[in-house]
Amino acid sequence: MTRAKRNRLIYNCVTFAVVIIAFIVLQSMIENKTITRALKGQLIPICCWIVMAVSLNLVIGISGELSLGHAGFMSVGAFTGAVISGWLLNAHGMENETLRLVLAIVGGGIAAGIAGVVIGIPVLRLRGDYLAIVTLAFGEIIRNLVNVTYIAVADGHLVFSFLKKNVPEGARMLVDGASGAVKISKISTFTMGFILVLFTLIVVLNLINSRSGRAIKAIRDNRIAAESMGVPVTKYKMMAFVTAAVLAGMAGALYGLNSSTVVPSQFTFNQSINVLVFVVLGGLGNVLGSVISATLLTVLPEVLRAFADYRMLVYAVVLILVMIFTNNPTIRSFADRLIAPVKKLFGGKHSDKGGAQA
Amino acid sequence: MIFLDNLVNGISLGSIYAIIALGYTMVYGIAKMLNFAHGDVIMMGAYIAFCALQYWNMPPLVSLVVAMAACTVMGVVIEGLAYRPLRQAASLAVLITAIGMSYLLQNLALMIWGANPKSFPGSMINIPTISLFGGELKITGATLVTIVANIVIMIALTAFTSKTKTGKAMRCVSEDRGAASLMGINVNQTISITFAIGSALAAVAGILLCSSYPTLQPTTGSMPGIKAFTAAVFGGIGSIPGAMLGGLLLGVIEIFGKAYISTELGDAIVFAVLIIVLLVKPSGLLGKPVREKV
Repeated sequence: MTRAKRNRLIYNCVTFAVVIIAFIVLQSMIENKTITRALKGQLIPICCWIVMAVSLNLVIGISGELSLGHAGFMSVGAFTGAVISGWLLNAHGMENETLRLVLAIVGGGIAAGIAGVVIGIPVLRLRGDYLAIVTLAFGEIIRNLVNVTYIAVADGHLVFSFLKKNVPEGARMLVDGASGAVKISKISTFTMGFILVLFTLIVVLNLINSRSGRAIKAIRDNRIAAESMGVPVTKYKMMAFVTAAVLAGMAGALYGLNSSTVVPSQFTFNQSINVLVFVVLGGLGNVLGSVISATLLTVLPEVLRAFADYRMLVYAVVLILVMIFTNNPTIRSFADRLIAPVKKLFGGKHSDKGGAQA
Repeated sequence: MIFLDNLVNGISLGSIYAIIALGYTMVYGIAKMLNFAHGDVIMMGAYIAFCALQYWNMPPLVSLVVAMAACTVMGVVIEGLAYRPLRQAASLAVLITAIGMSYLLQNLALMIWGANPKSFPGSMINIPTISLFGGELKITGATLVTIVANIVIMIALTAFTSKTKTGKAMRCVSEDRGAASLMGINVNQTISITFAIGSALAAVAGILLCSSYPTLQPTTGSMPGIKAFTAAVFGGIGSIPGAMLGGLLLGVIEIFGKAYISTELGDAIVFAVLIIVLLVKPSGLLGKPVREKV
């Protein structure tokens, strides 16, 4: 086994181990009832944001395209999921919650994937900041469209319209324009969230380490060189973009079915930016980093409740300081010098171990 | 007449977008960064003008100067504290810092002025409404001032960048930062000046925006900020006439879209037009296409 391969294997194992151990600990805390109420309410959102962050990392860190409309895919997934769940319950009387949740998540993923293909075809022709602005625009368009979408169940049929007056009287509204998806039956579970996180990690880590993943990274590092080596650029960019969209849609469905109402204004540009912050703070291309930063930053505003009114202010200051401290060359080299002796110590130990094993 | 009315409103809104877009495009052209906090500087400018008028009882022109001065200082301080340490860093890191700055400004405003929307006083622009065509077309004072201000700023800025030494230095830095610094241009100072001008314009834009749409709250700046950024890209980011053209077109499209197609889909129409333009002309209307060298 080569060194690079072994490091990758260790990294993947650590990533899965962290997630699984966290799940077991939290699950036992739930059973022992030692978990705080606030944290328990956050568990499913944390799973959703982890999936969002890891999938956006695939686009930004691995594929190297700045996408500012990731919340748009989440929105598609959330509303599709709510509609599927409501339709199965009201039109077909399906009582099995787990089955409904799975179908909703799969449906949300497919719908977001279709949106990803439709958006990806024009968007991926553009580069850099232009790509960023167009993804932003698409996110806003999706939000605007959901704002005027009315979906209802009438006599066992699904009614879909952009005008409220087309929906027959007495129909059971599923998506009510700007009021969003209403009267959702809350069926999301933490276990399903955990399974979704695992699924995401398996998909993304496998993709990164596959032949396709290497092609995607080659395009990121030097598009022209990759192209001249015969790598089909559009195909691989689309692969990363659509995979991320599908995962975001799944996270959206889980998120949507975790509350009784979902409104389109929950998935604004600001939400996309939040996910972007998770990704950048966790480290571009670093999957475990995304998992950790998504978790910490979702919990952080709750922890900062002690500061009450100042918490978002503190959050902003922390964000700016972290960016400056991790990116300023002077501060970085100073920090590296501080860490160097420690690193040397650990590095020495590590190579000893490696030698013994070999 | 409704058509003309919409057109005037569109040009007025577009002028506001254009002035904001100038801030984005100048900073992008020279510092190569997306200053996401620009929309919030607009909001701060509007709040300061509001205080000057309402609480400190200053005359409108003085409050305009106060707001512009305060925003200029704010812009330079933000640049010096948050963006300058990251001059060599990856553009994404700077982007996130700018986003952090945007949160910071919004929450500062929330702390100082509270979440309740304030009604921006109409006394800021004290010009009577003009009636044309026997009262069928009414142009409010705010609209008139906005359009005139836009034209004046456009001319002044073009003259500044092409005639003065500082303006030429700005163009040099935007073209090639390394070469400019070798020619003895102080790059950091030039970037600071750019932020100062952009932020002073943001104060003007904030006052004009709130004179036409008088609800003032901490999030007032974010949506116009995003639209103006879109306008800057639309016209070709980095180009001053492009920002003007993009802003005006965007404003007119938005008002017409809302008037003739659908009120709720106004924003979607604006963004859809943007996407179509970028697909046909990927560097914006007046942007220079970047040649790729292998």
